[in-house]
Amino acid sequence: MKKLLALVLAAAMVLSMSACGTSAAGSSEAWKFGGSGPLTGGAAIYGKGVANGAQIAVDEINAAGGINGAKIELKFEDDVADGETAVNAYNSLIDWGMDVMIGTVTTGACISMSAVAYKDRTFCITPSASSADVTADKDNMFQVCFTDPNQGVASADYIADKIKPASVAVIYRNDDAYSQGIRDTFVKEAAAKGLNVAYEGTFTEATSTDFSVQLTAAKEAGCDLIFLPIYYQPASVILNQSNQMGYAPVFFGVDGMDGILTMEGFDPKLAEGVMLLTPFAADSTDDLTVKFVKTYKEKYGEVPNQFAADGYDCIYVAKAAIEKAGVKPTDKREDICEKLIKAMTEIKVNGLTGQGMTWSANGEVAKGPAAVVIKDGVYVTP
Amino acid sequence: MEFLSYLISGISLGSVYAIIALGYTMVYGIAKMLNFAHGDVIMVGGYLSYYAMFSFGLPWFVALPASMIVCACIGMLIERLAYKPLRQAPSLAVLITAIGVSYFLQNSALLIFGANPKTYSNPFQSVNPDGSINAGISLFGGQLTITYVSIVTIISCIIIMLALNFFTSKTKMGKAMRACSEDKGAAQLMGINVNRTISITFAIGSALAAVAGVLLCSSYTLIQPTTGSMPGIRAFTAAVFGGIGSIPGAFLGGLLIGIIESLAKAYISTQLSNSIVFAVLIIVLLVRPAGLLGKYVPEKV
Repeated sequence: MKKLLALVLAAAMVLSMSACGTSAAGSSEAWKFGGSGPLTGGAAIYGKGVANGAQIAVDEINAAGGINGAKIELKFEDDVADGETAVNAYNSLIDWGMDVMIGTVTTGACISMSAVAYKDRTFCITPSASSADVTADKDNMFQVCFTDPNQGVASADYIADKIKPASVAVIYRNDDAYSQGIRDTFVKEAAAKGLNVAYEGTFTEATSTDFSVQLTAAKEAGCDLIFLPIYYQPASVILNQSNQMGYAPVFFGVDGMDGILTMEGFDPKLAEGVMLLTPFAADSTDDLTVKFVKTYKEKYGEVPNQFAADGYDCIYVAKAAIEKAGVKPTDKREDICEKLIKAMTEIKVNGLTGQGMTWSANGEVAKGPAAVVIKDGVYVTP
Repeated sequence: MEFLSYLISGISLGSVYAIIALGYTMVYGIAKMLNFAHGDVIMVGGYLSYYAMFSFGLPWFVALPASMIVCACIGMLIERLAYKPLRQAPSLAVLITAIGVSYFLQNSALLIFGANPKTYSNPFQSVNPDGSINAGISLFGGQLTITYVSIVTIISCIIIMLALNFFTSKTKMGKAMRACSEDKGAAQLMGINVNRTISITFAIGSALAAVAGVLLCSSYTLIQPTTGSMPGIRAFTAAVFGGIGSIPGAFLGGLLIGIIESLAKAYISTQLSNSIVFAVLIIVLLVRPAGLLGKYVPEKV
């Protein structure tokens, strides 16, 4: 019975392959890109950004004739940033006949989804799931954003090359893997780059009320730059308390700092001059960004955020890899996956979130770090 | 100069702990129960004053008493609904109920105010004509800055401690509280309304929580539904450190915890500061099991 079934299935597959473009799942003429991210709930701002940005890229590519003549269809599912829902969304996309997965948007959901996708041999490229766990030991997973630890390296490089402070203080949360991870790589890279880290202060969830000791110590140590690999909530307290002390170093944050300006009741004047490592600034004047921001505003009526740019780049990265590998939408999903994995390490993509992006075999991206500075309550490129 | 600066931030932090600890100690001393919801009443007080000041534009000296009154009512309501029916129940049942109330308050706040933290602008500062913020007194040519909120915190802490001490030792109500604390049955026989006394204790404790909420949020400048829980636990530690049930003990315990935390962070290690605080607590409790100023009452068999 089993043999018979296998035979029938094999026959069906051969048939569909030779027919090239019949309606059988996974073998249509168009590329089927699936995506998933939170479109509702607390993290909806991230998922919507990615979905909208990706749609713009798909529309552009289709208008220009598609990838080697094949159009792209994009289907974006809502996973409310939840692991279980993300796996369900992924399965329904597979049923739809997905060739390439764009996602997921959030880290936790992505870790759940990636385990299934790894077993299924589906090629995945995530716009914004930044944990190293997303790609660890899974050759099919690629990231467009920096991994958390790489943000530390990128920050140290940027600070050493562009800002050149006399000495640096680091204040981080040592009961948080995100913060500790970035701090570790930052300090290592800072030493290699000859940056003088004169003071390191920690805090934990329990002691996140008072930073005056850390700030006083940083001030006494003569630090003119404070690196804050933390989320924006405690960062807002640090900005407030240092302002009250009359201490005004340069504050440098990473992606966790993104969001500080939208905090209810936060005085944007306090964040004046704060720098943060973010791959995308909507007011950049390069042609690609200007065009993207204009299209996005026309279509969705708001200024795109970093996630929209990540989503946009994801589609173009997938396109570049497909062109390099020379695969066709009619190929089997597993074969597409193997060939794209190989192609990913060979391509170089210029996108909204970085010039000359390349990928290592473990799925992490390498690109030049870019920072923005907050001026009059908006991000501008320094 | 650094030392002075660390010391002042320690005293200021300790004063907030002390005000919270006073609330714990009052309730424990009289009702003989650990009110773990106390920390969350702080959060409620913080939110009330936040909306009073930033949505209705009231000055802090109006917002503070208003949130004190509302918190006092909430405290009495909690006592009436959650704790009074359990007056004869074993203390473990009351303790679990208190934890339940704490979660109830936190999750209600999550529903009502949302999970996103809000910035609590420090009301104890003024804006200079040139737009810069005048948040404190600058001494020794700017080497030492004492913020107004620290000064207000330290002074209010001392005033509250003295007032409570006076209240419990000199007034009729205070004496009734002390009587309840020693023996509820005997107090009732003497004509003291025990239920009303406990109710008033909760009102005072919760009003203090509102003060602590305003001061905590003014120096912490952030408010979210979990704002009260961590400082609440710290302050509970402080109350035990100073001798739970003793008013000067809570004051002393809060100050010492704040100072030890601050100096440990500055001179030993920010990573070890928590361990140091609790190591000191353990040593003190080994030497004086009832806390620094606690009374050791031997059980008569």
